[in-house]
Amino acid sequence: MIWLKMIIAGIITFLTRFLLVSLIKKNSLTNKTKIVLSYVPSAVFPAIIFPAVFLNLNGQLFIEDNPKIIGAIAAVLVGYFSKNVVTTIILGLLVYWAYIFIG
Amino acid sequence: MINKNKIFTKGVLDCLPLLLPVVPFGIIFGVIGMELGFGPYVTYATSFIIFAGSSQIVFIQLISAGASPLVTLTSVGIVNSRHLLYGAVLAEYLEKLKLRWKILLSYLLTDQAFAVSNKYFKKNNKNKFAHYHLLGSGLGLWVTWQLSTILGIVLGAIVPEELGLSFTIPLTFISLLVSEFRKSKHIIVILVSGCVALLAYNMPFKAYIIIAAIAGLSVAAFLNRKKA
Repeated sequence: MIWLKMIIAGIITFLTRFLLVSLIKKNSLTNKTKIVLSYVPSAVFPAIIFPAVFLNLNGQLFIEDNPKIIGAIAAVLVGYFSKNVVTTIILGLLVYWAYIFIG
Repeated sequence: MINKNKIFTKGVLDCLPLLLPVVPFGIIFGVIGMELGFGPYVTYATSFIIFAGSSQIVFIQLISAGASPLVTLTSVGIVNSRHLLYGAVLAEYLEKLKLRWKILLSYLLTDQAFAVSNKYFKKNNKNKFAHYHLLGSGLGLWVTWQLSTILGIVLGAIVPEELGLSFTIPLTFISLLVSEFRKSKHIIVILVSGCVALLAYNMPFKAYIIIAAIAGLSVAAFLNRKKA
């Protein structure tokens, strides 16, 4: 039974990835839609970032003395000036560690 | 041939820095699967068959909590529904490929692979081998995820929790947005999506990601209402 559920879950996951890749044809999208779709990273990734930074493990807002906020601010600043993926991750992590281990 | 190899390797290299959180996350998933009593085979098989970290966690947690199949499968689908948007964005670049290529690349489509290969496609949309980039980034992540799940199953929690490596998940997603930080419309969309995610966090089925994404895209449509 668990295997059946897993295979169905696998098919559903696959379909979320495959469905629009296979259905959308190049000329079926209007320019307006293409412009809106260019915002997909900016519209999806913050929904992963914000809860992981601003909420605690119980899903409650956690603002005061939160090392993740400090690390995230550092990462945003480094990213803004360096525009570099690797530096952003590493410096964000170092600032976070500095805050929890030294700070 | 050289061109294909080069593009494939670039895909692997581009996704390398994003693999940092994948290793501890994969290990944690392996550990959770074992702790919930699923055993090594079922725990590993989810990484192969479902291959989507957050969907896998939702899947095993709901099953072990005795949720109905309908609730379990709906949640798995909703958690992963953001990939519909990734597919919509990539469709135009993958349109000409054979069906078996579309199936393989869809199976390998993850947040990280989408992010790096989408950037590559935008710059190299004339190259007929551009899809090898997605093959590289997708496989790089796939191999890492399989191996780290196995590590977690076999060795247990070898990464100390005190290191707080789960924080590298939001960090990688921040790093994937750095090229948008100087565009005011993108900043508005980022803030709207993030705040909606916080407000909708406790919605059933973990629907907050797709709700925030739709809110963000609606704002993007509004901000660009005067264009073409």
